[in-house]
Amino acid sequence: MSAATAGSMILPFTLLAPVLAALIIVFLPKEEGKMIKIVAALGTFAALALSVYVFFAYDRAQGGMQFNLILPWTKDLGVNLAFGVDGISIPMLVLTNLIGFTAVYSSWNLDKRVKEFFVLLLILITGVMGTFIARDLFIFFLFYEIVVIPIYIMVIIWGSTKRVSKEYAGMKLTIYLLIGSAFLLVGLVALYLNAKGLNGGQGTFMFDELAKFKYDPTFQKIVFGLMAFGFGSLISMFPFHSWSPDGYAGAPTAVSMIHAGVLKKIGGYGLIRLGLMVLPVGAKFWAPVIATLAIAGVLYAAFIALAQKDLKYVVGYSSVSHMGYVLIAIAAFNVTSINGAVEMMFAHGVMSALFFSMIGFVYEKSHTRNISELGGLARQMPRLAVGFLIAGMASLGLPGTVNFIAEFTIFMGSVRAYPVLAILGIAGIIFTAAYILRTLANVLFGPRRPEWDHLKDLRGPEMVPLVVLVFVLFVTGMFPNIVYSVINSGVTHSDLSKVMETVGLAKMGGLF
Amino acid sequence: MFKEMHDLFQWAWLIPFLPFLSFLLIALVTRRSKGLSAAVSILAILSALGLAIAIGVGVIQSWNGEEFVGREAVAAANWLNIGGLKIDFGTIVDPLSAMMLFVVTLVASMVQIYSLGYMHGDRGWSRYYAYQSLFAASMLGLVISTNLLQLFIFWELVGLCSYLLIGFWYFKVSAREAAKKAFITTRVGDFGLLLGILFLYNKFGTLDFAALSNAMNTNFQDFALIGGLSYLTVMAILVFIGPIGKSGQFPLHVWLPDAMEGPTPVSALIHAATMVVAGVYLVARIYFLFEHASPAALQFVAGLGAFTAIFAATIAIAQDDIKRILAYSTLSQLGYMMFALGVGSLTASMFHLMTHAFFKALMFLGAGSVIHALHEKQNIWDMGGLWKKMPITGWTFFIGVLAISGVPPFAGFWSKDEILAAALHNGHPVIYAVGLFTAFLTAFYMSRLFFVAFTGPSKPENHPHESPWTMTLPLIILGVLSVVGGLVALPEHNFAFYVHAGELEHEAMDWALAGISVVAGLIGIGLAYTIYVRKAIAAESIVAKFPGIYRLLKNKYYVDEFYLWLIHHIMDGLAKVLYWIDLYIVDGIINGLALFTRGSARTLRRTQTGQLQTYALVFFFAVVVIYLVFAIGEGQLAALNPLAMLGGVK
Repeated sequence: MSAATAGSMILPFTLLAPVLAALIIVFLPKEEGKMIKIVAALGTFAALALSVYVFFAYDRAQGGMQFNLILPWTKDLGVNLAFGVDGISIPMLVLTNLIGFTAVYSSWNLDKRVKEFFVLLLILITGVMGTFIARDLFIFFLFYEIVVIPIYIMVIIWGSTKRVSKEYAGMKLTIYLLIGSAFLLVGLVALYLNAKGLNGGQGTFMFDELAKFKYDPTFQKIVFGLMAFGFGSLISMFPFHSWSPDGYAGAPTAVSMIHAGVLKKIGGYGLIRLGLMVLPVGAKFWAPVIATLAIAGVLYAAFIALAQKDLKYVVGYSSVSHMGYVLIAIAAFNVTSINGAVEMMFAHGVMSALFFSMIGFVYEKSHTRNISELGGLARQMPRLAVGFLIAGMASLGLPGTVNFIAEFTIFMGSVRAYPVLAILGIAGIIFTAAYILRTLANVLFGPRRPEWDHLKDLRGPEMVPLVVLVFVLFVTGMFPNIVYSVINSGVTHSDLSKVMETVGLAKMGGLF
Repeated sequence: MFKEMHDLFQWAWLIPFLPFLSFLLIALVTRRSKGLSAAVSILAILSALGLAIAIGVGVIQSWNGEEFVGREAVAAANWLNIGGLKIDFGTIVDPLSAMMLFVVTLVASMVQIYSLGYMHGDRGWSRYYAYQSLFAASMLGLVISTNLLQLFIFWELVGLCSYLLIGFWYFKVSAREAAKKAFITTRVGDFGLLLGILFLYNKFGTLDFAALSNAMNTNFQDFALIGGLSYLTVMAILVFIGPIGKSGQFPLHVWLPDAMEGPTPVSALIHAATMVVAGVYLVARIYFLFEHASPAALQFVAGLGAFTAIFAATIAIAQDDIKRILAYSTLSQLGYMMFALGVGSLTASMFHLMTHAFFKALMFLGAGSVIHALHEKQNIWDMGGLWKKMPITGWTFFIGVLAISGVPPFAGFWSKDEILAAALHNGHPVIYAVGLFTAFLTAFYMSRLFFVAFTGPSKPENHPHESPWTMTLPLIILGVLSVVGGLVALPEHNFAFYVHAGELEHEAMDWALAGISVVAGLIGIGLAYTIYVRKAIAAESIVAKFPGIYRLLKNKYYVDEFYLWLIHHIMDGLAKVLYWIDLYIVDGIINGLALFTRGSARTLRRTQTGQLQTYALVFFFAVVVIYLVFAIGEGQLAALNPLAMLGGVK
């Protein structure tokens, strides 16, 4: 284990940028609201810039974990403070900081307990980022637990009460996260002990070390089952999804953006990193179940989204529906589909951050998210309407946005493994179009409503999320190789491709 | 010489790129300046037109007397490359795409110039030209696509532009709803097309048209898939579902008449001349798939096309809105193009696509000129006597009516005749009969429109005057093309010579059949003249005689009502039921668990009584339990350890 390689300090710096900003904010007087926001913006921007650098500096041809920093921490247990990124984690790292940066600007008008809010937000961003750059299961879990605390506080203080109270929403969100992590913890400990046994008494938490052992198939099935439940409820897999719409509805804009945008992707990321790579036999066993639940979720949530009256519930259920595509791609277990799964997590993250940001501005200005009370906003707020429209179009997978690329790749990969389920899932694009276009029509278009004439369009700092996220959606959508060169390197250069060759589920006969 | 032409073909990507650049410029830079936005847009589309003409000339000249030199020019670059999926983007220049490039750039140019007058004073002016440019870029991109995915991407983008332009006046509820309907209806079709694309790629490992065609020509064994249909037949039908949506074939035709809520120039460009024929173009582009599939695939195309042709024509008879009559006419003519493909004549279909683009764009722009002059009146019974007040509009519209009715020597005569001849000669007498009857209906309802709106006494409340030159100039240009456009069928090296599938189709002019079609058209015109000009037969009495049929036609066979019922009762009903399940069952279980936890906590709290006696009691029983456990044995206890069950503790 080399202590440091080239550029090994980049990831810790990326991780510490928001922490440093949070520390500075702690020492700022609480009246300095503007200053606090600027510091938070600078901190998240630094993290974003560093992660974009990592994205472009990553050697795609070489592949594997790069920018490694491995410091032994607890020798007896075998815990290492280990950071590193590969093609699967880099898109998630960039996504985290992209959303973190725009979430700060989406909270620009916040004036209630500004100091506490931004400190918690920065801790939240750090926690999420840490899970994606950790190379050690213990560290991964540690960061995952860090995430829970700010979420709960932020929802109950800055949240909003609509259909359910914010206290209920915050509690539900937190308890779900904790139950998920409890199952994970059991699986994690079992995995550690089993690996220790196979390794001759030397324990390790390193992902790539853990992936080297051949675990007993029964053991794999049980532990993967625990993880499928833990990570599955995190990524809002049907029927463990009901926290998601309520949680997003209760949470403040920035938390909705981060939660829907990246936090729930820890579920998908964990399933790939820990589930597929470490426990392939278990994954193969559970794959048909996951695929079935995934497609059930796609259609079920799309239909429920049709019946929603609150904007955040529409996007909440929509996100449950879209995560179904990630899950079937993971279950399909071939190179194409895993590429698609990672791309979809990235694409959905950018899109839902944009969507929640726009909804946040609508709510902040009009004090309602009720679709029937809104209407014709394209007249009063044309810029917001553009952002809203683009978020909607991305959500229904319009070509030109990265979401189309992701959906197409997933469909391509999953029809190979589960033709019938995939066809049902693809039918979801019709119902997605139905609820998205209905929402767009009822919020943006239609007769001008005089009661909204006083609303001011987005301007100044409010434009940042719109410009940044739309730019990313289009550029990565028009030139898919930008992101895919990284993801594909991660998928094909990792142990994953070897695993897929041996236990892959691709059915290439018959129809194909 | 040919070498130079080939170099020119390499620049074909500029044709869609220029309008795209114009879109970006308008959206990001010039949107505050109305004049600049229009100038940028029109300049871009005119340059594209110039390039398209040059390429068209190049394609024609690539015939050196004996063979084609550089018949196809394909350029490609990698666009997407991951494990198990590799897609190149490219441009293809062949007679088929060259013809489409010319038609699209020409009509788009005409429409954009015309819009200078028609959209004058609209507050969304720059937005309008931005959308127009984006549409032109997407449509031209679609035309020069080398593979199915690339085509599908632009296919969706033209759909987006259609959505944006139908809903251009977004504050009108009708426009908003029509835009939504168009998008969702075509999405149903796209679902089929997307499946076709996925399955074809997984079988052949490519989506490139040339490569697919090669793969099917060389040692590909078709096999039975489902329901007695072979693999390729299913693929052909799946791909064809896309065109059913995009080109308004029954039963996905419902969006096109509603799309008339958009500005009239948009209807002329997108919903008559270009986007709606994208489906026809797709079938023509991937015609080899249909030829390799079993005959059932092409029969399906022919049958559905013919049905749509007559179905829409019958509806058009009973409509009163000038734009809706034209819309149903478009549906009917799209059906014509489809069944031409279905009966095996790609040439006739593409020929009709071209002439139809000229005369239908002409008539839509003419209708726009009328609507403009009458301050948004669209009901033909509110018009009358317009010919005298608006001579240029009147004369050019008249040319359009003659062209679509198949009166020689106007453009529609040649193309329609070629379709009907192909149907009969290729052994489809029923389809020929349907086509012929549709020709009669077409002549009838078009003449009805013309006679009611343009002749007769003028209405005193109307004060029409001829439109400005920006609007009449495109009418004149398209009018000229509607007269002479059919003549490309005449010379020795004619249209068929360049645009055809497989072997050259030597379809000589069948003058006997042509005579029959002309007679059918003339009877239609004559009947309309008798009823609406001479008033020898009262229209009311015919309606009174067949009230049921009239109501059925007037209400478009109640297809819309049926779909609305499906949406409001089935889809929304299911949505509500599922939401109820989510709230009270899925979430109910969660909340129940939470309540149970809280309840049991409350119960367990009672154990902490603080009374010594209770604790002593508990202590006693605990000792008993521990004793029992040891009595049963340590082995079983270890088995209860969860980690042991997982195999963790050895």
